[in-house]
Amino acid sequence: MQPQMDEQARLQENTGIPPGKRPKNFLGMKKRKPINDRENGMGYLFLSPFVIGTVGFTLFPILYSLYLSFTDYTLGGTPQWIGFQNYVEMFSNDAMFQKSMQVTFLYAGTAVPLRLVFALLIALILNKVVEMVGLYRTLLYLPSVVGGSVGVAIMWRQLFGNEGAINSILNTIGLSGHSWLGDPNTAIWTLVILYGWQFGSSMLIFLAGLRNIPSTFYEASAVDGAKPIQQFFMITLPMLTPVILFNTIMQTIQGFMAFTPAFVVTEGDPINSTLLYILYMYRQAFEYFNMGYAAALAWVMLIIIAIFTALIFKSSKYWVHYEDN
Amino acid sequence: MDYRKKKRLKKIVQHTLLLIFTAIMLYPIVWMAGSSLKESSQVFVDSHLILPESWKFSNYVEGWQGFAGITFTTFFKNSLFITTVSTIGSIIFSAVVAYSFSRINFKGRKMWFVIMMMTMMLPFEMVMIPQYIMFNWAGWIDTYLPLILPSFFGVPFFIFLIMQFIRTIPKELDQAARIDGCNTISIFFRIIVPLIVPAMMTAAIFSFYWRWDDFMSPLIYLQTPEKYPVSLALKLFSDPNSVTNWGAMFAMTTLSLLPIIIIFFIFQRYIVDGISTSGLKG
Repeated sequence: MQPQMDEQARLQENTGIPPGKRPKNFLGMKKRKPINDRENGMGYLFLSPFVIGTVGFTLFPILYSLYLSFTDYTLGGTPQWIGFQNYVEMFSNDAMFQKSMQVTFLYAGTAVPLRLVFALLIALILNKVVEMVGLYRTLLYLPSVVGGSVGVAIMWRQLFGNEGAINSILNTIGLSGHSWLGDPNTAIWTLVILYGWQFGSSMLIFLAGLRNIPSTFYEASAVDGAKPIQQFFMITLPMLTPVILFNTIMQTIQGFMAFTPAFVVTEGDPINSTLLYILYMYRQAFEYFNMGYAAALAWVMLIIIAIFTALIFKSSKYWVHYEDN
Repeated sequence: MDYRKKKRLKKIVQHTLLLIFTAIMLYPIVWMAGSSLKESSQVFVDSHLILPESWKFSNYVEGWQGFAGITFTTFFKNSLFITTVSTIGSIIFSAVVAYSFSRINFKGRKMWFVIMMMTMMLPFEMVMIPQYIMFNWAGWIDTYLPLILPSFFGVPFFIFLIMQFIRTIPKELDQAARIDGCNTISIFFRIIVPLIVPAMMTAAIFSFYWRWDDFMSPLIYLQTPEKYPVSLALKLFSDPNSVTNWGAMFAMTTLSLLPIIIIFFIFQRYIVDGISTSGLKG
């Protein structure tokens, strides 16, 4: 007589899979519930806002923009199918496109590492500090909070302006100022510095990652005679690699998508030396109304970002160390 | 006591360097505030000095007059409206969606979760153009709808944040409620919602300052100056070609950052915890 089958047996009945071989679900929980506790109706009821929103504001627009990229459309009439012409035009004839690509790669390629290196360095230092850590953390995070705003961009323009504070400081030391924003060679660097200045958010993430490293690792290695430098390379860095990976991907995407700094601080000048890609796309769409072409520009950037993200992920196998393998 | 002295010296050096570094990092912001109190003609004379010769508070009054006859009262009101409505919508519906992912077992849950994570990485600029065309077709250009409506369908980052939080609530509570006769819907309202208030607060704060700072959406969707939020108005107000009153310009710029800074200092723990646990955006 079996008044009550135990749960394992019941699950085996339901799913036909013996215990021990049952997969864990995506949230890392063992599938303990019997299948008939599924509430599809309820699930989709609560999920519905997201479903509607995603379909309407994300999926459909993405597909629509793909279609648009193969058309010539100026908002006034109807989209005219022109096949790959936009893409051909872009890569063969469009000097601004190429310039904006160069500028954006230069920007992302320098600003993102700058931010990440700063963030990691300061996080490492702050992690060792005991007094007033909270205060430093808050104050150093502040630029990150306000940095993306229009207000700061406007201020930044004046900061590096011909009579701005930077030149004024240089003058006081006896050095001559420079037309930072007027010189095509230096203008982009003011934007790079602006981006690096906002390292606070990445710093917080690194700090959290550092705090997750068990101190027992350091203690054990100290017993074995490890010096701080060795500890850094053998413990800290490897344990931080997942966080570094995460930060790198998110910051790279952000870097490629930058718009406000270029729009407000420099307006792409001088001579397009700060024409960030999204600014160029914005102009095509909202100043020239070449919607089809702008959509094609958007897709090219999307593909580039996807490739970079995939590459970073693929490479992660070689340098990212997870604790649970 | 040589070791102790050495240690204290090290600490002093450490803190001095940190303080100097922090001061340098904060200089731009402080400079902006200082310039806002300077006489207009003095702003760019020895501009690196922070303290003004005399504190010209009237810069703020003059700047407040705005431009084209529209004062910053209108602009701040607009910003407040857009930000508040967006925030309320986003936290309510993000919580609803988070509940479905974390507490309800339904077919296709995994797929939708993956979709949500992917959406989180998708930048707005990618869908900006088709969305604009769609809203144009709907006749919603120059209204607040394109700015506010998308929040009412859940914001992936908030959904994720609240999900993580719900996972810390023991399922025994749900089960106990069920035994007492609650169904899935009432569990949400009676058990989960009261317990996720901290997460919702964190989401609200993030939402506030993302919406407040949002520049691109108002830029492309709004055409009537009376409807402009502070971010957009500020850009027009500060066009270097047309500025005559630099003091006033700095004043308004400083003022536009004030709400964010104040909220940040009051609620910083929520923000710092929120970022640390979910590790995204900033």
